[in-house]
Amino acid sequence: MGILEVKGVNKRFGGLQALGDVNLSVAEHTVHAIIGPNGAGKSTLLNVLVGKLIPDSGSVMFDGKSVLGRKPHEINQMGISRVFQTPEIFADLTVLENVMIPCFARRDGAFRMHAFESVAREGDILGQAETMLADVNMLDKAHAHAGSLSRGDKRRLEMAMCLVQEPKLLLLDEPTAGMARADTNNTIDLLKEIKDKRPITMCIIEHDMHVVFSLAERITVLAQGTPLIEDTPDNIKGHPKVREAYLGEAQV
Amino acid sequence: MLGLGKKDFTLFLAVAAITLLAPFILNPFPTGSGLAQFNAGYPDLMQRFVIYGIFAIGFNILFGLTGYLSFGHAAFLGLGSYSAVWMFKLLSMNVIPALILSVIVAGLFALVIGYISLRRSGIYFSILTLAFAQMAYALAYSVLTPLTNGETGLQLTLDDPRVLDGGGRPTSLPVTELFGMEMRDTASLGLGAWDFTFGVGFYFCAVVMLISFYLAIRIFRSPFGMMLRAVKSNQQRMNYTGLNTRPYTLAAFVISGMYAGLAGGLLACMDPLAGAERMQWTASGEVVLMTILGGAGTLIGPILGAGMIKYFENIFSKINDAVLHQWFAALPDGLEDFLVTIIHPFIGKGWHLTLGLMFMAVVIFLPGGLVEGGQRVGRLFRRRDRKAGGAEAQAAEQRRTPAE
Ligand SMILES: Nc1ncnc2c1ncn2[C@@H]1O[C@H](COP(=O)(O)OP(=O)(O)OP(=O)(O)O)[C@@H](O)[C@H]1O
Ligand SMILES: [Mg+2]
Repeated sequence: MGILEVKGVNKRFGGLQALGDVNLSVAEHTVHAIIGPNGAGKSTLLNVLVGKLIPDSGSVMFDGKSVLGRKPHEINQMGISRVFQTPEIFADLTVLENVMIPCFARRDGAFRMHAFESVAREGDILGQAETMLADVNMLDKAHAHAGSLSRGDKRRLEMAMCLVQEPKLLLLDEPTAGMARADTNNTIDLLKEIKDKRPITMCIIEHDMHVVFSLAERITVLAQGTPLIEDTPDNIKGHPKVREAYLGEAQV
Repeated sequence: MLGLGKKDFTLFLAVAAITLLAPFILNPFPTGSGLAQFNAGYPDLMQRFVIYGIFAIGFNILFGLTGYLSFGHAAFLGLGSYSAVWMFKLLSMNVIPALILSVIVAGLFALVIGYISLRRSGIYFSILTLAFAQMAYALAYSVLTPLTNGETGLQLTLDDPRVLDGGGRPTSLPVTELFGMEMRDTASLGLGAWDFTFGVGFYFCAVVMLISFYLAIRIFRSPFGMMLRAVKSNQQRMNYTGLNTRPYTLAAFVISGMYAGLAGGLLACMDPLAGAERMQWTASGEVVLMTILGGAGTLIGPILGAGMIKYFENIFSKINDAVLHQWFAALPDGLEDFLVTIIHPFIGKGWHLTLGLMFMAVVIFLPGGLVEGGQRVGRLFRRRDRKAGGAEAQAAEQRRTPAE
């Protein structure tokens, strides 16, 4: 039994079958990549996992509990964090504040009326946030407006916001898209480091095969909403079905 | 100091000093001089500055921090007034129980109205709050006449029970007081050509306003305040970060409702009368204007905005054609009449026109309100410093935090 068990999930948008009978099992403490051409339904699958979409049928179990019907904040509190395809950050807040908020969410839960405490006196939270920013090499930008960051920095910030929660399952939707080569390599190193430091399960969607093959232990290929094949990276490389799915796209 | 950072504490001290010295500061022109009509240092007007300041400070906690624009906050102002007057009628003329009831009643109604309205966001939220406020207005104006005395408004009468103030039918209407200090009491001081008036009522309101302001600063600087700003910035991200936005916005709504109730209660403490028109949508719109004019999301913006609007309301509405003729008397008759005709629509009852123009100018040229104006002027000075070789000013500017 994996930490995440997706069984028979279907999702239609009007006439479009975005997800068709998706089965996916992600083993605990592994990095599982989901690849597939544009429009394959990868982001839609993540939307189902985090409670943004409710599937038409099927079941999704995380850590032995069903996530279906739960609100996004409840699912996050169960231990699932997500980095979005287009960065979702608090653009009006500072970089440091962006990272402090998930720290508060982890310590205080979904709601707490801490109206007369002072942010300036939250030494522990400040410390956690600053350490996290140092880990992603963004400490020098701590007081910058998050909205003014470059696209690559926004992604790194969002990743820091998710990592600082120490989730059991981290979902990454194209975490290196829009990043310069050097930043991509830094991100790979960062994710490897995180994984070595503590037990974590990751589910990563990527078009950049360098990232996929550097990190993934298992790969699922999704095409037109249905998993074609699931195997180890070595077996996926050069698999005829994968070539077929990516026909006309990047060489796998 | 007092749990505030150094900068906030300085700001608080400055506001406290200005408020407490307002009878002097707002009376710069000698009594009897031609400019005396621009003086605002009399208790009646200053009370309104600080009371509407409280209203706007509370409104800003909702609108400035979370971005939820309520168009129905006057309902809570009116509820506060009615509650206070009922307390004067039934219990005692002491203002403390009256204010406590005002805050509680407004808070309870805010809980219900907020719970329903916050199911929607954006313009739908605004419309829902507006609908609730107009319902409250209609109820107060006609349906609930036994409670609100309808059109006439709720007033004190000679045979109100007032159980704590002892029996006996008074010969004249009692006055509101704080443990024996009558709210309408004043003391005056003549200094040369100047006359200064100090009202008990004003000082009471001023102290309540300073407490409200202090609490607002604490909220702004708390983790809760940070969450409210996060709501404004990206609700989606909040949800996927494990935070439930609903209770945060509801808490902000209730707090701002309680501030409005307090302001309404204070209005009744200064003049024990409550009418339905206090709940009308124009009153709800006014607090929106105050907050935006001063600078939504800033600490002192709402106070500045409230003061500015209440000042212009009083001063501009007092100027009439006779005054204008007096001003332009030195000009040739034709020109004098011409100028008076041009300015006429903007004064007296037409002061709303002036307000509208002012508001447009601020929204277009200073989207951050008066506070942004102040900051721009400040930066201008600092830039001049830097030219003189001040690297310090540069560093200070970099340290500038967004929610000043
Ligand atoms: N909310 C929605 N309503 C209607 N159609 C949608 C919705 N979300 C996704 N789709 C459609 O479902 C299909 C799968 O979309 P999805 O975003 O999951 O693809 P993807 O695999 O993430 O692609 P990409 O690599 O481009 O990000 C697409 O055809 C998309 O247009
Ligand atoms: Mg996608």
